[in-house]
Amino acid sequence: MISFNHVNKRYPSGYQALKNVSFEIAEGEMVFLTGHSGAGKSTLLKLIAAIERPNSGSVIVKGKNVATLKSAALPYLRRNLGLIFQDHKLLFDRSVFDNVLLPLQICGFEHRESAKRARAALDKVGLLNREKALPIALSGGEQQRLCIARAIVNRPAIMLADEPTGNLDADYANDIMGIFKSFHQVGVTLLIATHDENILHKFEGRNLALKQGELLP
Amino acid sequence: MKNWFIQHLRVLLLTLRRLRATPLSSLLNTLVVGVALSLPAGLYVLLQNVQNLAEQAISTPQISVFLSMDASADDIARIGEKLKQHDKIKTAEFVPRDQALEQLKQTTDLADVIGGMSQNPLPDAFLVYPIKSAAQALETLRDELQKWPKIAHVQLDSAWAHKLEALLKFGRLAVLLLAVLLSVALVAITFNTIRLQILTQRDEIEISALIGATRAFIRRPFLYFGLLQGLLGSAMAWLIVTVSVFLLNISLAGLVELYGSSFSLRLISVNDSLALLLFSACLGWLGAWLSVAQHYGATASEK
Repeated sequence: MISFNHVNKRYPSGYQALKNVSFEIAEGEMVFLTGHSGAGKSTLLKLIAAIERPNSGSVIVKGKNVATLKSAALPYLRRNLGLIFQDHKLLFDRSVFDNVLLPLQICGFEHRESAKRARAALDKVGLLNREKALPIALSGGEQQRLCIARAIVNRPAIMLADEPTGNLDADYANDIMGIFKSFHQVGVTLLIATHDENILHKFEGRNLALKQGELLP
Repeated sequence: MKNWFIQHLRVLLLTLRRLRATPLSSLLNTLVVGVALSLPAGLYVLLQNVQNLAEQAISTPQISVFLSMDASADDIARIGEKLKQHDKIKTAEFVPRDQALEQLKQTTDLADVIGGMSQNPLPDAFLVYPIKSAAQALETLRDELQKWPKIAHVQLDSAWAHKLEALLKFGRLAVLLLAVLLSVALVAITFNTIRLQILTQRDEIEISALIGATRAFIRRPFLYFGLLQGLLGSAMAWLIVTVSVFLLNISLAGLVELYGSSFSLRLISVNDSLALLLFSACLGWLGAWLSVAQHYGATASEK
Protein backbone atom coordinates (compact mmCIF):
# COMPACT_ATOMS: atom_id res chain seq x y z
CA MET A 1 0.00 0.00 0.00
CA ILE A 2 2.79 2.37 1.00
CA SER A 3 6.46 1.86 0.26
CA PHE A 4 9.50 4.08 0.75
CA ASN A 5 12.70 3.39 -1.20
CA HIS A 6 15.89 5.15 -0.11
CA VAL A 7 14.05 8.36 0.67
CA ASN A 8 16.04 11.44 1.65
CA LYS A 9 14.49 14.69 2.71
CA ARG A 10 16.47 17.83 3.37
CA TYR A 11 14.69 21.12 4.08
CA PRO A 12 15.88 24.29 2.34
CA SER A 13 17.34 25.40 5.66
CA GLY A 14 19.79 22.49 5.33
CA TYR A 15 18.19 20.34 8.01
CA GLN A 16 18.25 16.67 7.05
CA ALA A 17 14.90 15.29 8.22
CA LEU A 18 15.05 11.80 6.70
CA LYS A 19 18.09 9.76 5.74
CA ASN A 20 17.84 6.84 3.36
CA VAL A 21 14.52 5.57 4.68
CA SER A 22 13.08 2.37 3.20
CA PHE A 23 10.06 0.39 4.40
CA GLU A 24 6.84 -1.14 3.21
CA ILE A 25 3.34 -1.20 4.68
CA ALA A 26 0.89 -3.83 3.47
CA GLU A 27 -2.79 -3.24 2.87
CA GLY A 28 -4.83 -3.36 6.07
CA GLU A 29 -1.83 -3.08 8.35
CA MET A 30 -1.76 -0.92 11.46
CA VAL A 31 1.71 0.54 11.93
CA PHE A 32 3.08 2.82 14.64
CA LEU A 33 5.72 5.36 13.81
CA THR A 34 7.74 6.23 16.88
CA GLY A 35 10.64 8.40 17.86
CA HIS A 36 11.44 11.56 19.76
CA SER A 37 10.20 14.86 18.49
CA GLY A 38 12.40 15.95 15.62
CA ALA A 39 13.08 12.35 14.60
CA GLY A 40 11.27 12.91 11.29
CA LYS A 41 7.85 11.39 12.01
CA SER A 42 5.85 14.35 10.75
CA THR A 43 8.07 14.73 7.70
CA LEU A 44 7.53 11.08 6.82
CA LEU A 45 3.75 11.51 6.99
CA LYS A 46 3.95 14.70 4.94
CA LEU A 47 5.86 12.88 2.22
CA ILE A 48 3.04 10.34 1.88
CA ALA A 49 0.45 13.08 1.42
CA ALA A 50 2.85 15.02 -0.84
CA ILE A 51 2.70 18.02 1.45
CA GLU A 52 6.48 17.82 1.19
CA ARG A 53 8.49 16.21 -1.60
CA PRO A 54 11.60 14.04 -1.06
CA ASN A 55 15.00 15.11 -2.40
CA SER A 56 15.67 11.60 -3.58
CA GLY A 57 14.12 8.16 -3.48
CA SER A 58 10.57 7.16 -4.25
CA VAL A 59 7.38 7.20 -2.19
CA ILE A 60 4.86 4.75 -3.64
CA VAL A 61 1.27 5.08 -2.46
CA LYS A 62 -1.32 2.74 -3.99
CA GLY A 63 1.05 2.02 -6.87
CA LYS A 64 1.83 5.62 -7.70
CA ASN A 65 5.06 7.46 -7.08
CA VAL A 66 3.95 10.44 -5.04
CA ALA A 67 7.41 12.00 -5.22
CA THR A 68 6.97 12.86 -8.89
CA LEU A 69 3.21 13.41 -8.94
CA LYS A 70 2.09 16.55 -10.77
CA SER A 71 0.51 19.15 -8.53
CA ALA A 72 -2.75 18.91 -10.50
CA ALA A 73 -3.00 15.25 -9.47
CA LEU A 74 -2.40 15.91 -5.76
CA PRO A 75 -6.04 16.54 -4.79
CA TYR A 76 -7.05 13.11 -6.08
CA LEU A 77 -4.24 11.44 -4.10
CA ARG A 78 -5.30 13.24 -0.92
CA ARG A 79 -8.92 12.20 -1.30
CA ASN A 80 -7.75 8.61 -0.76
CA LEU A 81 -6.01 9.54 2.45
CA GLY A 82 -7.53 10.33 5.80
CA LEU A 83 -5.24 12.89 7.40
CA ILE A 84 -5.32 13.56 11.12
CA PHE A 85 -3.21 16.51 12.10
CA GLN A 86 -1.41 17.20 15.32
CA ASP A 87 -2.95 20.69 15.43
CA HIS A 88 -6.35 19.38 14.19
CA LYS A 89 -6.66 22.06 11.49
CA LEU A 90 -10.35 22.62 12.12
CA LEU A 91 -12.29 25.55 10.70
CA PHE A 92 -13.50 27.62 13.62
CA ASP A 93 -15.96 29.73 11.65
CA ARG A 94 -18.38 26.86 11.03
CA SER A 95 -20.17 24.15 12.95
CA VAL A 96 -18.91 20.68 13.75
CA PHE A 97 -21.26 19.31 11.11
CA ASP A 98 -20.00 21.69 8.41
CA ASN A 99 -16.41 20.80 9.23
CA VAL A 100 -17.13 17.17 8.52
CA LEU A 101 -19.10 18.08 5.42
CA LEU A 102 -16.17 19.91 3.82
CA PRO A 103 -14.33 16.90 2.32
CA LEU A 104 -17.58 15.70 0.77
CA GLN A 105 -18.30 19.10 -0.74
CA ILE A 106 -14.80 19.11 -2.14
CA CYS A 107 -15.41 15.75 -3.79
CA GLY A 108 -18.72 17.02 -5.14
CA PHE A 109 -21.08 14.70 -3.30
CA GLU A 110 -24.78 15.29 -3.53
CA HIS A 111 -26.08 17.11 -0.48
CA ARG A 112 -28.41 14.51 1.04
CA GLU A 113 -25.81 11.76 0.66
CA SER A 114 -23.18 14.07 2.21
CA ALA A 115 -25.34 14.83 5.23
CA LYS A 116 -25.98 11.15 5.79
CA ARG A 117 -22.29 10.32 5.61
CA ALA A 118 -21.29 13.23 7.82
CA ARG A 119 -23.74 12.13 10.52
CA ALA A 120 -22.46 8.55 10.27
CA ALA A 121 -18.88 9.76 10.73
CA LEU A 122 -19.84 11.94 13.70
CA ASP A 123 -21.72 9.02 15.20
CA LYS A 124 -18.65 6.83 14.89
CA VAL A 125 -16.54 9.22 16.97
CA GLY A 126 -19.38 9.95 19.42
CA LEU A 127 -19.98 13.59 18.46
CA LEU A 128 -23.41 13.29 16.89
CA ASN A 129 -25.02 15.25 19.74
CA ARG A 130 -22.56 18.13 19.17
CA GLU A 131 -23.10 18.60 15.45
CA LYS A 132 -24.40 22.17 15.78
CA ALA A 133 -21.65 23.30 18.14
CA LEU A 134 -18.70 25.39 17.03
CA PRO A 135 -15.32 23.65 17.31
CA ILE A 136 -14.14 26.26 19.82
CA ALA A 137 -16.73 24.93 22.27
CA LEU A 138 -15.26 21.42 22.12
CA SER A 139 -12.71 19.96 24.51
CA GLY A 140 -9.28 18.91 23.23
CA GLY A 141 -10.35 15.29 22.99
CA GLU A 142 -13.54 16.22 21.16
CA GLN A 143 -11.61 18.37 18.71
CA GLN A 144 -9.32 15.44 18.02
CA ARG A 145 -12.36 13.21 17.43
CA LEU A 146 -13.84 15.82 15.12
CA CYS A 147 -10.61 15.79 13.13
CA ILE A 148 -10.92 12.00 12.90
CA ALA A 149 -14.54 12.25 11.78
CA ARG A 150 -13.48 14.61 8.99
CA ALA A 151 -10.71 12.22 7.97
CA ILE A 152 -12.96 9.16 7.74
CA VAL A 153 -16.02 10.75 6.13
CA ASN A 154 -14.52 10.09 2.70
CA ARG A 155 -14.01 6.43 3.64
CA PRO A 156 -10.31 6.52 2.79
CA ALA A 157 -8.27 3.32 2.35
CA ILE A 158 -5.32 4.83 4.18
CA MET A 159 -5.27 6.90 7.35
CA LEU A 160 -2.31 8.90 8.53
CA ALA A 161 -2.38 10.27 12.06
CA ASP A 162 0.21 12.63 13.50
CA GLU A 163 0.30 12.41 17.33
CA PRO A 164 -3.44 11.77 17.60
CA THR A 165 -3.23 11.42 21.37
CA GLY A 166 -0.69 14.22 21.74
CA ASN A 167 -2.09 16.40 24.50
CA LEU A 168 -4.81 14.11 25.81
CA ASP A 169 -5.06 12.36 29.13
CA ALA A 170 -5.03 8.56 29.24
CA ASP A 171 -8.80 8.05 29.08
CA TYR A 172 -9.26 10.19 25.98
CA ALA A 173 -6.21 8.60 24.40
CA ASN A 174 -7.66 5.15 24.93
CA ASP A 175 -10.98 6.28 23.39
CA ILE A 176 -9.21 7.47 20.29
CA MET A 177 -7.06 4.40 19.97
CA GLY A 178 -10.24 2.35 20.28
CA ILE A 179 -11.66 4.25 17.30
CA PHE A 180 -8.51 3.56 15.28
CA LYS A 181 -8.68 -0.10 16.18
CA SER A 182 -12.21 -0.31 14.81
CA PHE A 183 -10.99 1.13 11.50
CA HIS A 184 -8.19 -1.40 11.46
CA GLN A 185 -10.74 -4.15 11.89
CA VAL A 186 -12.64 -3.08 8.77
CA GLY A 187 -9.45 -3.16 6.68
CA VAL A 188 -8.19 0.43 6.68
CA THR A 189 -4.41 0.81 6.46
CA LEU A 190 -3.24 2.94 9.38
CA LEU A 191 0.01 4.74 10.05
CA ILE A 192 0.06 6.42 13.43
CA ALA A 193 2.92 8.60 14.55
CA THR A 194 3.21 8.75 18.33
CA HIS A 195 5.67 9.08 21.17
CA ASP A 196 3.16 7.74 23.71
CA GLU A 197 4.71 4.62 25.27
CA ASN A 198 1.43 3.51 26.88
CA ILE A 199 -0.25 3.13 23.54
CA LEU A 200 2.56 0.99 22.19
CA HIS A 201 2.27 -1.34 25.13
CA LYS A 202 -1.50 -1.62 24.90
CA PHE A 203 -2.11 -1.98 21.20
CA GLU A 204 -0.72 -4.47 18.78
CA GLY A 205 0.94 -3.33 15.61
CA ARG A 206 4.27 -3.14 13.86
CA ASN A 207 6.57 -0.42 15.08
CA LEU A 208 8.71 1.72 12.80
CA ALA A 209 11.18 3.58 14.97
CA LEU A 210 12.89 6.71 13.70
CA LYS A 211 16.00 8.24 15.24
CA GLN A 212 17.41 11.47 13.86
CA GLY A 213 15.91 10.75 10.46
CA GLU A 214 17.05 7.16 10.22
CA LEU A 215 14.91 4.07 10.53
CA LEU A 216 16.11 1.79 13.32
CA PRO A 217 16.21 -1.90 12.43
CA MET B 1 -24.48 17.71 -14.83
CA LYS B 2 -27.17 18.41 -12.25
CA ASN B 3 -24.63 17.92 -9.50
CA TRP B 4 -22.26 20.33 -11.20
CA PHE B 5 -25.03 22.89 -11.39
CA ILE B 6 -25.86 22.44 -7.70
CA GLN B 7 -22.20 22.87 -6.77
CA HIS B 8 -22.04 26.15 -8.63
CA LEU B 9 -25.31 27.27 -7.12
CA ARG B 10 -23.94 26.50 -3.69
CA VAL B 11 -20.83 28.59 -4.38
CA LEU B 12 -23.03 31.42 -5.62
CA LEU B 13 -25.11 31.31 -2.43
CA LEU B 14 -21.95 31.18 -0.33
CA THR B 15 -20.62 34.24 -2.15
CA LEU B 16 -23.87 36.12 -1.65
CA ARG B 17 -23.72 35.24 2.05
CA ARG B 18 -20.19 36.61 2.22
CA LEU B 19 -21.29 39.83 0.52
CA ARG B 20 -24.12 40.17 3.00
CA ALA B 21 -21.89 39.36 5.94
CA THR B 22 -19.94 42.57 5.35
CA PRO B 23 -22.66 44.96 4.13
CA LEU B 24 -20.70 48.17 4.56
CA SER B 25 -17.59 47.12 2.67
CA SER B 26 -19.74 45.45 0.00
CA LEU B 27 -21.70 48.68 -0.44
CA LEU B 28 -18.55 50.78 -0.55
CA ASN B 29 -16.92 48.51 -3.11
CA THR B 30 -20.05 48.61 -5.23
CA LEU B 31 -20.07 52.40 -4.99
CA VAL B 32 -16.42 52.74 -5.95
CA VAL B 33 -16.83 50.48 -8.97
CA GLY B 34 -20.15 52.14 -9.83
CA VAL B 35 -18.80 55.69 -9.75
CA ALA B 36 -15.69 54.69 -11.69
CA LEU B 37 -17.74 53.02 -14.41
CA SER B 38 -20.41 55.71 -14.52
CA LEU B 39 -17.89 58.23 -15.86
CA PRO B 40 -17.18 56.53 -19.21
CA ALA B 41 -20.72 55.17 -19.38
CA GLY B 42 -22.24 58.60 -18.83
CA LEU B 43 -19.91 60.24 -21.31
CA TYR B 44 -20.78 57.55 -23.80
CA VAL B 45 -24.49 58.23 -23.40
CA LEU B 46 -23.93 61.97 -23.90
CA LEU B 47 -21.88 61.28 -27.00
CA GLN B 48 -24.57 59.02 -28.40
CA ASN B 49 -27.03 61.85 -27.92
CA VAL B 50 -24.82 64.42 -29.63
CA GLN B 51 -24.27 62.06 -32.53
CA ASN B 52 -27.97 61.44 -32.73
CA LEU B 53 -28.71 65.14 -32.76
CA ALA B 54 -26.06 65.79 -35.38
CA GLU B 55 -27.42 63.10 -37.64
CA GLN B 56 -30.86 64.64 -37.44
CA ALA B 57 -29.42 68.03 -38.29
CA ILE B 58 -27.53 66.84 -41.35
CA SER B 59 -30.09 64.31 -42.43
CA THR B 60 -30.99 66.60 -45.37
CA PRO B 61 -27.68 67.87 -46.67
CA GLN B 62 -27.85 69.46 -50.06
CA ILE B 63 -25.45 70.01 -52.90
CA SER B 64 -25.90 73.00 -55.18
CA VAL B 65 -25.01 72.27 -58.79
CA PHE B 66 -24.54 75.42 -60.88
CA LEU B 67 -24.62 74.99 -64.64
CA SER B 68 -22.52 76.99 -67.07
CA MET B 69 -24.14 80.08 -68.54
CA ASP B 70 -24.08 78.59 -71.99
CA ALA B 71 -26.03 75.45 -71.04
CA SER B 72 -28.95 74.98 -73.42
CA ALA B 73 -32.41 73.64 -72.52
CA ASP B 74 -31.33 70.27 -73.92
CA ASP B 75 -28.28 70.23 -71.67
CA ILE B 76 -30.47 71.07 -68.69
CA ALA B 77 -32.89 68.26 -69.47
CA ARG B 78 -30.03 65.82 -70.01
CA ILE B 79 -28.32 66.74 -66.74
CA GLY B 80 -31.65 66.64 -64.87
CA GLU B 81 -32.28 63.13 -66.18
CA LYS B 82 -28.76 61.99 -65.28
CA LEU B 83 -29.11 63.31 -61.75
CA LYS B 84 -32.40 61.52 -61.31
CA GLN B 85 -30.89 58.23 -62.52
CA HIS B 86 -27.88 58.52 -60.20
CA ASP B 87 -27.92 55.85 -57.53
CA LYS B 88 -26.43 58.07 -54.83
CA ILE B 89 -28.99 60.81 -55.23
CA LYS B 90 -32.40 60.81 -53.64
CA THR B 91 -33.93 63.73 -55.52
CA ALA B 92 -32.78 66.62 -57.65
CA GLU B 93 -34.73 69.83 -57.92
CA PHE B 94 -34.29 72.23 -60.85
CA VAL B 95 -34.03 75.92 -60.01
CA PRO B 96 -34.28 78.09 -63.15
CA ARG B 97 -32.15 81.24 -63.15
CA ASP B 98 -35.18 83.55 -63.20
CA GLN B 99 -36.69 81.87 -60.18
CA ALA B 100 -33.38 82.10 -58.35
CA LEU B 101 -33.28 85.82 -59.08
CA GLU B 102 -36.84 86.26 -57.79
CA GLN B 103 -35.95 84.45 -54.60
CA LEU B 104 -32.86 86.53 -54.15
CA LYS B 105 -34.95 89.70 -54.58
CA GLN B 106 -37.46 88.58 -52.00
CA THR B 107 -35.16 87.21 -49.36
CA THR B 108 -32.47 89.83 -49.36
CA ASP B 109 -32.24 93.57 -49.45
CA LEU B 110 -30.48 93.46 -52.78
CA ALA B 111 -33.64 94.20 -54.77
CA ASP B 112 -32.36 97.64 -55.78
CA VAL B 113 -28.99 96.34 -56.85
CA ILE B 114 -30.53 93.52 -58.83
CA GLY B 115 -33.12 95.81 -60.38
CA GLY B 116 -30.30 97.94 -61.71
CA MET B 117 -28.78 95.07 -63.62
CA SER B 118 -29.45 94.71 -67.31
CA GLN B 119 -28.92 90.98 -67.27
CA ASN B 120 -29.57 88.10 -64.83
CA PRO B 121 -26.13 87.16 -63.45
CA LEU B 122 -27.31 83.90 -61.96
CA PRO B 123 -26.88 80.51 -63.69
CA ASP B 124 -29.45 77.74 -63.79
CA ALA B 125 -28.99 75.33 -60.95
CA PHE B 126 -30.00 72.02 -59.47
CA LEU B 127 -30.49 71.35 -55.78
CA VAL B 128 -29.34 67.78 -55.22
CA TYR B 129 -30.35 65.73 -52.16
CA PRO B 130 -28.00 62.77 -51.74
CA ILE B 131 -28.92 59.52 -50.01
CA LYS B 132 -25.90 59.34 -47.71
CA SER B 133 -25.08 62.22 -45.45
CA ALA B 134 -21.57 61.26 -44.33
CA ALA B 135 -19.01 63.91 -45.20
CA GLN B 136 -16.88 61.46 -47.15
CA ALA B 137 -19.76 60.33 -49.35
CA LEU B 138 -20.84 63.90 -50.02
CA GLU B 139 -17.40 64.89 -51.18
CA THR B 140 -17.06 61.94 -53.52
CA LEU B 141 -20.38 62.86 -55.06
CA ARG B 142 -19.35 66.50 -55.40
CA ASP B 143 -16.09 65.56 -57.14
CA GLU B 144 -17.97 63.30 -59.52
CA LEU B 145 -20.58 65.93 -60.47
CA GLN B 146 -17.85 68.52 -60.95
CA LYS B 147 -16.49 66.50 -63.85
CA TRP B 148 -19.73 66.44 -65.82
CA PRO B 149 -19.90 68.67 -68.91
CA LYS B 150 -21.79 71.96 -68.76
CA ILE B 151 -21.48 72.10 -65.00
CA ALA B 152 -19.63 75.16 -63.83
CA HIS B 153 -19.50 74.69 -60.11
CA VAL B 154 -20.66 72.28 -57.43
CA GLN B 155 -20.97 73.61 -53.93
CA LEU B 156 -21.09 71.57 -50.83
CA ASP B 157 -20.86 72.94 -47.37
CA SER B 158 -19.20 70.00 -45.67
CA ALA B 159 -16.75 71.85 -43.49
CA TRP B 160 -19.04 71.83 -40.48
CA ALA B 161 -19.88 68.17 -41.01
CA HIS B 162 -16.15 67.51 -40.93
CA LYS B 163 -15.73 69.48 -37.76
CA LEU B 164 -18.59 67.65 -36.10
CA GLU B 165 -17.23 64.31 -37.12
CA ALA B 166 -13.77 65.17 -35.84
CA LEU B 167 -15.33 66.31 -32.59
CA LEU B 168 -17.27 63.08 -32.23
CA LYS B 169 -14.14 61.09 -33.01
CA PHE B 170 -12.31 62.99 -30.32
CA GLY B 171 -15.15 62.34 -27.90
CA ARG B 172 -15.16 58.64 -28.69
CA LEU B 173 -11.43 58.45 -28.13
CA ALA B 174 -11.80 60.23 -24.80
CA VAL B 175 -14.50 57.76 -23.75
CA LEU B 176 -12.31 54.87 -24.81
CA LEU B 177 -9.29 56.14 -22.88
CA LEU B 178 -11.41 56.78 -19.82
CA ALA B 179 -12.98 53.34 -20.11
CA VAL B 180 -9.58 51.64 -20.38
CA LEU B 181 -8.18 53.56 -17.41
CA LEU B 182 -11.16 52.90 -15.20
CA SER B 183 -11.29 49.25 -16.27
CA VAL B 184 -7.77 48.90 -14.97
CA ALA B 185 -8.95 50.57 -11.78
CA LEU B 186 -11.82 48.10 -11.52
CA VAL B 187 -9.47 45.15 -11.93
CA ALA B 188 -7.19 46.64 -9.27
CA ILE B 189 -10.06 47.20 -6.85
CA THR B 190 -11.27 43.62 -7.26
CA PHE B 191 -7.71 42.33 -6.98
CA ASN B 192 -7.29 44.05 -3.66
CA THR B 193 -10.68 43.03 -2.27
CA ILE B 194 -10.01 39.40 -3.14
CA ARG B 195 -6.50 39.60 -1.73
CA LEU B 196 -7.91 40.68 1.63
CA GLN B 197 -10.47 37.89 1.45
CA ILE B 198 -7.79 35.35 0.73
CA LEU B 199 -5.84 36.56 3.75
CA THR B 200 -8.84 36.15 6.05
CA GLN B 201 -9.57 32.72 4.59
CA ARG B 202 -6.04 31.40 4.60
CA ASP B 203 -6.95 28.53 6.94
CA GLU B 204 -9.83 27.41 4.81
CA ILE B 205 -7.69 27.48 1.66
CA GLU B 206 -4.87 25.54 3.33
CA ILE B 207 -7.12 22.93 4.91
CA SER B 208 -9.19 22.46 1.77
CA ALA B 209 -6.01 21.82 -0.21
CA LEU B 210 -4.84 19.31 2.41
CA ILE B 211 -8.03 17.29 2.20
CA GLY B 212 -8.13 17.10 -1.55
CA ALA B 213 -9.60 20.30 -2.97
CA THR B 214 -8.52 21.14 -6.50
CA ARG B 215 -7.32 24.63 -7.29
CA ALA B 216 -10.47 25.18 -9.32
CA PHE B 217 -12.56 24.39 -6.25
CA ILE B 218 -10.60 26.76 -4.07
CA ARG B 219 -10.60 29.48 -6.70
CA ARG B 220 -14.31 29.26 -7.50
CA PRO B 221 -15.81 31.28 -4.61
CA PHE B 222 -13.29 34.06 -5.18
CA LEU B 223 -14.04 34.19 -8.89
CA TYR B 224 -17.73 34.34 -8.15
CA PHE B 225 -17.10 37.12 -5.69
CA GLY B 226 -15.18 39.15 -8.28
CA LEU B 227 -17.87 38.50 -10.87
CA LEU B 228 -20.64 39.57 -8.52
CA GLN B 229 -18.77 42.66 -7.44
CA GLY B 230 -18.30 43.68 -11.07
CA LEU B 231 -21.95 43.01 -11.79
CA LEU B 232 -23.17 45.00 -8.78
CA GLY B 233 -20.76 47.82 -9.59
CA SER B 234 -21.98 48.09 -13.16
CA ALA B 235 -25.60 47.95 -11.99
CA MET B 236 -24.74 50.87 -9.73
CA ALA B 237 -23.10 52.68 -12.68
CA TRP B 238 -26.21 52.06 -14.76
CA LEU B 239 -28.37 53.49 -12.00
CA ILE B 240 -26.14 56.56 -11.67
CA VAL B 241 -26.23 57.22 -15.42
CA THR B 242 -29.97 56.64 -15.73
CA VAL B 243 -30.84 58.87 -12.79
CA SER B 244 -28.48 61.55 -14.13
CA VAL B 245 -30.12 61.47 -17.56
CA PHE B 246 -33.52 61.77 -15.94
CA LEU B 247 -32.41 64.77 -13.90
CA LEU B 248 -30.80 66.38 -16.95
CA ASN B 249 -33.97 65.82 -18.95
CA ILE B 250 -36.07 67.56 -16.33
CA SER B 251 -33.92 70.68 -16.39
CA LEU B 252 -33.50 70.41 -20.16
CA ALA B 253 -37.27 70.39 -20.66
CA GLY B 254 -37.54 73.95 -19.33
CA LEU B 255 -34.68 75.13 -21.50
CA VAL B 256 -35.92 73.47 -24.66
CA GLU B 257 -39.40 74.87 -24.17
CA LEU B 258 -37.98 78.38 -24.36
CA TYR B 259 -36.75 77.54 -27.86
CA GLY B 260 -40.11 76.06 -28.78
CA SER B 261 -38.63 72.70 -29.57
CA SER B 262 -38.96 69.27 -28.01
CA PHE B 263 -35.78 67.41 -27.28
CA SER B 264 -34.76 65.02 -24.57
CA LEU B 265 -31.67 62.94 -23.89
CA ARG B 266 -32.00 59.28 -24.65
CA LEU B 267 -31.36 56.71 -21.96
CA ILE B 268 -28.67 54.09 -22.22
CA SER B 269 -29.92 51.43 -24.64
CA VAL B 270 -30.73 47.86 -23.64
CA ASN B 271 -27.85 46.47 -25.66
CA ASP B 272 -25.39 48.95 -24.19
CA SER B 273 -26.68 48.21 -20.68
CA LEU B 274 -26.15 44.49 -21.16
CA ALA B 275 -22.69 45.12 -22.61
CA LEU B 276 -21.83 47.26 -19.58
CA LEU B 277 -22.93 44.53 -17.14
CA LEU B 278 -21.13 41.79 -19.03
CA PHE B 279 -17.94 43.79 -19.47
CA SER B 280 -17.79 44.76 -15.82
CA ALA B 281 -18.54 41.22 -14.65
CA CYS B 282 -15.66 39.96 -16.83
CA LEU B 283 -13.31 42.56 -15.38
CA GLY B 284 -14.29 41.59 -11.83
CA TRP B 285 -13.68 37.96 -12.67
CA LEU B 286 -10.29 38.85 -14.15
CA GLY B 287 -9.29 40.83 -11.05
CA ALA B 288 -10.24 37.92 -8.82
CA TRP B 289 -8.41 35.43 -11.01
CA LEU B 290 -5.23 37.51 -10.98
CA SER B 291 -5.46 37.83 -7.22
CA VAL B 292 -5.79 34.08 -6.65
CA ALA B 293 -3.00 33.39 -9.15
CA GLN B 294 -0.80 35.89 -7.31
CA HIS B 295 -1.61 34.18 -4.00
CA TYR B 296 -0.60 30.80 -5.40
CA GLY B 297 2.56 32.29 -6.86
CA ALA B 298 3.43 33.80 -3.48
CA THR B 299 2.79 30.62 -1.49
CA ALA B 300 4.75 28.55 -4.00
CA SER B 301 7.80 30.75 -3.56
CA GLU B 302 7.51 30.47 0.23
CA LYS B 303 8.24 26.77 0.08
